Amino acid sequence: MLRLFGLLALMWTLAVPSFAQEMPADTRAATGGAQNLEDIMRRQEGAKIDDSFRSDLTGDPDVAAATTDQLGTLGGASDPDLWRALRYNAADITTQVRTPAATTLMQDGGMSWLSFREGPMLKIAVYLLGGTLLLLTFFYLIRGRLRIHGEKTGRTIVRFKAFERFGHWLLASSFIVLGITGLISLFGRKVLIPAFGHETFSFLAVMSKWVHNNISWAFMVALVIIFFAWVVHNLPDRTDLRWLARAGGLFGGEHPPAKKFNAGQKLIFWSVIVLGGSISLSGLSLLFPFEINLFGHTFSTLNSWGLPNLFGLNDLPYPLSPQEEMQFAQLWHSIVSLVLTAIIFAHIYLGSVGMEGAFDAMGKGEVEEQWAREHHSIWAQEVLDEPANSKENT
Amino acid sequence: MKSFLMALVALIVISISANLVLQKIDLSSSNASTSFGNVRISD
Repeated sequence: MLRLFGLLALMWTLAVPSFAQEMPADTRAATGGAQNLEDIMRRQEGAKIDDSFRSDLTGDPDVAAATTDQLGTLGGASDPDLWRALRYNAADITTQVRTPAATTLMQDGGMSWLSFREGPMLKIAVYLLGGTLLLLTFFYLIRGRLRIHGEKTGRTIVRFKAFERFGHWLLASSFIVLGITGLISLFGRKVLIPAFGHETFSFLAVMSKWVHNNISWAFMVALVIIFFAWVVHNLPDRTDLRWLARAGGLFGGEHPPAKKFNAGQKLIFWSVIVLGGSISLSGLSLLFPFEINLFGHTFSTLNSWGLPNLFGLNDLPYPLSPQEEMQFAQLWHSIVSLVLTAIIFAHIYLGSVGMEGAFDAMGKGEVEEQWAREHHSIWAQEVLDEPANSKENT
Repeated sequence: MKSFLMALVALIVISISANLVLQKIDLSSSNASTSFGNVRISD
């Protein structure tokens, strides 16, 4: 009998968890309107939760109790209501601080921005820049330096005038300094502080910020110069399709005909103009905080077109708090800059160690006639048709 | 080479000038998060 009783007790003990599992899911009502197990589980999974049960519960002045009643002095809002209103940026805040973001006391976006900036963003930077350098190294090891195939003539022709080279070098030098100082800022907390300590990084960070902020103007001036100097030569045409179809003769065979700029160079040009322009715009937004808000309006427009839904995504966040505008501007600025840096790595490679005779174009402004005939045959012929443009190399 | 050196000189001149101009017209990013000039202490 005792054994039977023990057996029954054991069965009951084992059965209780299964009963619990079969119980209906925790409902909002069961928690008195507060968050429930489902909310917690979804949050742990990193999924989006509908927290309107909290964000909307910020007190309603229309149903405010009389001042003689309980809570009446708070105008119908309890202290938790007030804190929820602050938490969801719904409180009517008055402050003496006259800055745009002063009335946002809490904003969630800050945490996801911080965790993205300290984690995935750094990985993107390492994989993108490191991967590009590795690819270029492999390419160099496999293909070697692209030589001038024909016999050199000893004659040179003018490729770029002094003003064009000035614009190029202004853009290049400012971009390199901006890239280095930008990476110092990006990798400061995670890499440079652990490596060199707070004192050293403090000096480095202050210097980087000053340099980055002020050299940016030289970059923008140079961007305008090279746009107007070269846009005419970079308009796409039929020769580009033939050039692209043969990958520019990169993997053997003759170089396809090209004008002053081949399709590859045109892609570099438009990458610099479009991505550089975008970096400049987001940079200005960061340079003058809260004055140029680029993302809230863009997100709202994209949502109205239903674009995020087309890709199976939720609507993009809107409206954005002033701080969130800055956070999105920072992420955009960094990612686009990293993409452009990877492209420029390839440009620097081909313009220096990767191709014989290429550096002279920007170094001296003149190129070997045979180089011009091989890489830019149409342009070379046009230039050589005017005899004054070719001269003996001394 | 001359163009490169000219570009470096321009880079330095533009950067320093930009900083001076922004300071002169009192446009500083730190003003967006501080309000030394705007705090009312009289009322």
